[in-house]
Amino acid sequence: MLSKVSKDWLGAGFVTVLGLAILIFVPILFDLFEVLQMTKYVVLSLFVLSLAYIWGFGGILSFGQAGFFGLGGYVFAVAAINMGQTTVPFLIAIGACALFAAALGYFMFYGRLNDVYLGVVTLVVTLILWKLINHTAGPEYIIGKARLGGFNGIPSIPIMTLPWRPGQEMEPAQMFQYFMAILIAVYVLLHALIKSKFGRVAISIRENEVRTGLLGYDVRFYKLCIFSIGGAIGGAAGAMWASYQTFVDPNIFSLEWSAKCLIWVMAGGVGTLFGPIVGVLALEYLSFQLGQTELINNLIVLGTILIFLVLLLPKGLFPTARDLVVKVWRRRGGSTGKGSP
Amino acid sequence: MDFSLVVAIELLREVAGLILIATGLAVIFGMMRVINIAHGEFMMLGGYTVVLTTKLGVNIWVAILILAPLAVGLFGIIVERLIIRHLYGRIIDSLLATWGLSLFLIGFVTVVFGNTVEGVSTPFSGLAIGQYTVAIYTLFLIFAAMAFIASVYLTLRYTKAGLIARATMQNPDMVECLGVNSKIVYMATFGIGAAFAGLAGGLLAPISGVVPGMGALLIGKAFITVVTGGAAVVAGTLSAAGILGTISQAVTFASGPVFGDATLLFVALILLRLLPQGITGRIFTRSV
Repeated sequence: MLSKVSKDWLGAGFVTVLGLAILIFVPILFDLFEVLQMTKYVVLSLFVLSLAYIWGFGGILSFGQAGFFGLGGYVFAVAAINMGQTTVPFLIAIGACALFAAALGYFMFYGRLNDVYLGVVTLVVTLILWKLINHTAGPEYIIGKARLGGFNGIPSIPIMTLPWRPGQEMEPAQMFQYFMAILIAVYVLLHALIKSKFGRVAISIRENEVRTGLLGYDVRFYKLCIFSIGGAIGGAAGAMWASYQTFVDPNIFSLEWSAKCLIWVMAGGVGTLFGPIVGVLALEYLSFQLGQTELINNLIVLGTILIFLVLLLPKGLFPTARDLVVKVWRRRGGSTGKGSP
Repeated sequence: MDFSLVVAIELLREVAGLILIATGLAVIFGMMRVINIAHGEFMMLGGYTVVLTTKLGVNIWVAILILAPLAVGLFGIIVERLIIRHLYGRIIDSLLATWGLSLFLIGFVTVVFGNTVEGVSTPFSGLAIGQYTVAIYTLFLIFAAMAFIASVYLTLRYTKAGLIARATMQNPDMVECLGVNSKIVYMATFGIGAAFAGLAGGLLAPISGVVPGMGALLIGKAFITVVTGGAAVVAGTLSAAGILGTISQAVTFASGPVFGDATLLFVALILLRLLPQGITGRIFTRSV
């Protein structure tokens, strides 16, 4: 019989080991182009974790997760261009996004906004950020050495430099490993957080907000914390994205990114951390393949997938498949769990 | 004097614009608590209807006032039958599904018409006020907004259909018991909301032109107006559009349109912090 702690960590430990194996072996086994491609998936996986956490384990559905993604990217770009190294700008970007999320969260959670209102406010905040940044094309919008550039975006953003040797840019393989290490660390930390007392309270808020409040927990404060953590992770992913692309433009704030993030989480299943990462890999690979044919507009595909998921697979692909496997397993006479409620 | 008149017209224009783009959304939200995220794309479809039919030689007024709302209203009913009706009572899911619809429509229209701005000419010329010129079409839009909101009020307040609609808002189960098929009520409401969106899109097409992504530029304001207004369709839309429109237009005069939008959002956030159910959740609670 497994002890409780090891049971909690069985799946996560497996995922961590898998992640470490990818971190070590991918740069050895694959060529440069493929490693660069995979770096993209790593960044987007981190991005999706931000929403997977706040939606799946805090019950907060943000329609504007791209807001933090974009903000992180822009703050990182401006700071990195001014400072010439990337470790401190990375931290600044994360901090800025956490603060922004906290400020926004104050208005939303202390105003006790719920479902529809929460979705609309987060969506509109992202839209306004998009408009604001689009508007900064003039030469007067300059922060230190960095011009914001409006709809032209910010070009030549520094590649991540080695944390212990500022000034030396990472090789693609090093960047892949650095990002992968961050992804694994965030995954493990989130898992630990979910299994902690804080995480259990957060889940109980998701299940029944009123009851949790009546038990004496300050629901608003917990939600604020969850939302800020999500914002910080989204910001980190944005900074990594900006550095990976060496370019960022206002479309990073677009509704398309927010929608993509939602679709990945829905496809992978709300309430897991690993599922949404699978969602990223599957759907990004699909849209990459479809994009190569150039026959089908990407938005049509995204929209169709979203409607399809909502109508037919509200639980998501990953949990549905898991349930199906369990069902078939039981029917074939496997006695696991039979009779237990 | 002339200047203050022009400023007043500009303020009214902003308020009227908010009313135009928000009414259809407010009708659907007030009735079913569903925010139709594809609302902006419904307006876009209305705009395209006007552009296409005028190119085919249809009179522009027929195109704007009849064809645009008719086409989009019918489209709305189809959408309701195919998608929305499966999702009543699942508010978040209905938001997600309409978002999917929004993306689909942007993609679809981009494929069919290309990602370029199409325009129609404005039907009226300018009107001189002292040394300034105001487009008569602006005045027409202000009038149209008033007609919008008045028609919704009169329908809800004084007709049998309005009575059923208000009753369904308050207590759908009881209305069912009294022999009304609430499914048809919901379908009609969604169709009417969509028709309003189509009409708004048609009315705005001569000013801004139409482009597949135009919805995203409009919906932010529409959402925030409806959410700030709360569940009462007429009182909510009027009060929220009045407050937000005036403030944002004042800021626009001072420092440009983008900051006007940002201020609009900020004021709305503060209002929602104070009145989480919207303005009509606390004040004017007995209005329609």
